[in-house]
Amino acid sequence: MEFRYLPMTETDKKEMLDAIGIQSTEELFSDIPDKVRLKREMNLKAPTSEIELKKELVRMSKKNYNLQEYTSFLGAGVYDHFIPSVVDHVISRSEFYTAYTPYQPEISQGELQAIFEFQTMISELTGMPVANSSMYDGGTSLAEAVNLSAAQTRKKKVLVSKAIHPESQAVIETYAKGPNLEIVYIDHVDGRTDLDQLARELDEDTASVVIQYPNFFGQVEPLKEVRELLDGQKKTMFIVSSNPLALGYLTPPGEFGADIVVGDTQVFGIPAQFGGPHCGYFATTEKLMRKIPGRLVGQTVDEDGVRGFVLTLQAREQHIRREKATSNICSNQALNALASSVAMSSIGKHGLKKMAELNMQKARYAKKKLEEAGFEVLSDGAFFNEFVVKLPVTVKVANDRLLEKGIIGGYDLAVYYPELEGHMLIAVTEIRTKEEIDAFVKELGDIHE
Amino acid sequence: MSNKDFPLIFERSKEGRVSYNLPELDVPAVDLDAELTDTYVRSEAPELPEVSELEIMRHYTGLSNRNYGVDSGFYPLGSCTMKYNPKINEDVARLDGFSHIHPLQDPKTVQGALEMMYDLGESLKEITGMAAVSLQSAAGAHGEWTGLMMIRAFHEANGDFQRTKVIVPDSAHGTNPASAAVAGFEAVTVKSNENGLVDLEDLKRVVGDDTAALMLTNPNTLGLFETEILEMAEIVHGVGGKLYYDGANLNAIMGYARPGDMGFDVVHLNLHKTFTGPHGGGGPGSGPVGVSAELEPFLPKPVIVKEDDFYTFDYDRPDSIGRVKPYYGNFGINLRAYTYIRTMGAEGLKKVSEYAVLNANYMMRKLEKAYDLPYTQHCKHEFVLSGRRQKKLGVRTLDIAKRLLDFNYHPPTIYFPLNVEEALMIEPTETESKETLDGFIDTMLQIADEVENNPEIVQEAPHHTIVKRMDETTAARKPVLRYKKA
Repeated sequence: MEFRYLPMTETDKKEMLDAIGIQSTEELFSDIPDKVRLKREMNLKAPTSEIELKKELVRMSKKNYNLQEYTSFLGAGVYDHFIPSVVDHVISRSEFYTAYTPYQPEISQGELQAIFEFQTMISELTGMPVANSSMYDGGTSLAEAVNLSAAQTRKKKVLVSKAIHPESQAVIETYAKGPNLEIVYIDHVDGRTDLDQLARELDEDTASVVIQYPNFFGQVEPLKEVRELLDGQKKTMFIVSSNPLALGYLTPPGEFGADIVVGDTQVFGIPAQFGGPHCGYFATTEKLMRKIPGRLVGQTVDEDGVRGFVLTLQAREQHIRREKATSNICSNQALNALASSVAMSSIGKHGLKKMAELNMQKARYAKKKLEEAGFEVLSDGAFFNEFVVKLPVTVKVANDRLLEKGIIGGYDLAVYYPELEGHMLIAVTEIRTKEEIDAFVKELGDIHE
Repeated sequence: MSNKDFPLIFERSKEGRVSYNLPELDVPAVDLDAELTDTYVRSEAPELPEVSELEIMRHYTGLSNRNYGVDSGFYPLGSCTMKYNPKINEDVARLDGFSHIHPLQDPKTVQGALEMMYDLGESLKEITGMAAVSLQSAAGAHGEWTGLMMIRAFHEANGDFQRTKVIVPDSAHGTNPASAAVAGFEAVTVKSNENGLVDLEDLKRVVGDDTAALMLTNPNTLGLFETEILEMAEIVHGVGGKLYYDGANLNAIMGYARPGDMGFDVVHLNLHKTFTGPHGGGGPGSGPVGVSAELEPFLPKPVIVKEDDFYTFDYDRPDSIGRVKPYYGNFGINLRAYTYIRTMGAEGLKKVSEYAVLNANYMMRKLEKAYDLPYTQHCKHEFVLSGRRQKKLGVRTLDIAKRLLDFNYHPPTIYFPLNVEEALMIEPTETESKETLDGFIDTMLQIADEVENNPEIVQEAPHHTIVKRMDETTAARKPVLRYKKA
């Protein structure tokens, strides 16, 4: 079998063995104790030619119902948004995607500048002065924010809204086991965080309060009121997880005095790709700048005074501080941050508001149509592009029927919220047309027990 | 702004220019501001760029020209395994049926994706010799922490709450002690001996009934195989601890030896190293975790299961450490790794390790005349030189690295591992040709010669890059982390 990634020829091999002064490559492995040597060939599928493998993988991909062919109303943290064609053309440039972390600034100015621009865009969107170069995703970024708040305040109790993404709740719980944090959940009432319960639980032992804006149910949480509650506990940090597209229209969390704002930029130029890789962002105050997890790019000059960019404040990071680092994160999502930067540049200052508006208007149209068709909508508050409807059947039954019509229905809230059996979370993005929304409402209306 | 500066995208911006073209609203508009009230309607638009589509392409193409990847040239960055990133992987990852699927779709609508993940898991089990695999972790450090959380859960399930320490060698990557700390452990260092391997006597001294685990790369960060691995396993297991394998260096031993057969209980893999996921300028990566049967109940949930010919998720895992990430891991990177494994098969992967090791040894023997080689035995996929001879002549390893830039090479990893003075850590990988290796060797020998005869040219390097050495001190003292309009 030929291996097209391996340039070694028999002649090369012989010359190299001679130079080393050995007879065979086996000698180079003679230090592996006989007891642990694998004495058989690994049991893997046979090497496959490019032609055959491509065919097989295309076949495999076609077993999946994809969002290009099906009309989707599924969101719940991952969205089917327009991706400008320029995005993939930029991230396909191999000077970007085959590069390592820009530790050698002289030959990495492209990546470093792109990250600096990303940091600026996130800072603009969130209204926070400082943003890092990216995190794995919104969920782990949020969990890192929680752990940072505990380390910074030296407090162990964290109040987490039940209206944040349930998978982020689960990730926070796992991350919280390391520093032994106490996670106290604040319930949702009509799709929003229960501020009365929040007020009762908030005390001097509280490290942080975690709110999602817009929240998992699509509702715009009253950050102003949450901020006012927090004014009574000056040390408690205010952590907000935000869909950055929504911040094209909504007042940014920074204006409500958030200490840390996190989220995922999947909405900007990153396909759903079955949940990853996406791209977490992490933004904070100048006060917390030296505690932020992950890489930061800073502007400086070279020996000749030419402007340039470097990785900076690395004394926070694991490769310098080891066990005293603010986080263990090393890899980030640089290429996806680049994709999001290109998408944000493409959508631009005014396009962003327009795109957010399209989402909001179409979602309101769908909501109105569903109400007219007799469906009960869970909450009547301000929302972004998602809302909850109550169905006469289970969501699973409804979604099976919709699938027959070429529609991927909304999210089944009963999976994580047993009290919301029969409740579907519906997302409507700018991709959806009036015809598609009308068809969806009609099909859903036709489903009865 | 000097005339050599490359403008920021914001500096290209001009009021009124657009690069978007969204559809007109096709539904009746309602008053959004009334619904949101003044408090929640953004008063000032975020300063995103206003540029045309061509300007975007010029900008980012210009930036890409100011960057250096594996496709640009040789990238012998030790411990990072900067091998070729196959193009079929990129094409496959962009197929609609893989890139445009939602993680919360009904499993019956994503059978192809689940089949790939299941199959990849099976392959990784066979390559590592582990009993079960989770694909959920997003990167190497994330995998380390995931593995340590499982070890913690295992000990706690046995009522072993006093196991608070994780042992890491002095040559370990910084993520090892950092991950231990994040998982709630105290990191304890074990020393290396004169051969660059873990000092067994010191290991015996530091282990005890408070040992949760020993974290190890094998081959280690010096590129040396830990020949006493079975003795180490016995020492750690003997006190009830677990053995953790950092898969950063798996590229050296595929088909030759497996962590599972060496006594490791938990393994993480860096699919973006050994299995050709592109590094992307820093990420995304993927860090699957493999475990022994004993630790399987603690895997993150959900796990993928195959029932008859149907693939689905199992959430009913009462002992699971929980979720470490939303959804199921970096699917797009896992898919690239799968495509690579299917291209190579067992025969190809073994050749990968054979040639990675041959290339490293060849370079090491060619360079040991001009640079100090602290550990002289055969290496595995990488080796570490010391620039202490050059340092005595007033030239630091950093200078040598910068001089390499003038010859269009990415420098090796420098000043790591920490237990080698003025370290230069070189990992050629198997995808480089002998001609490329020879070119780099000649350049390294030339630089060694320059150090002796013309040190200024090295000390003042680089001479031919678009920017010279950057003022990193000012960058850290007075951080400028975002653009602000003048």
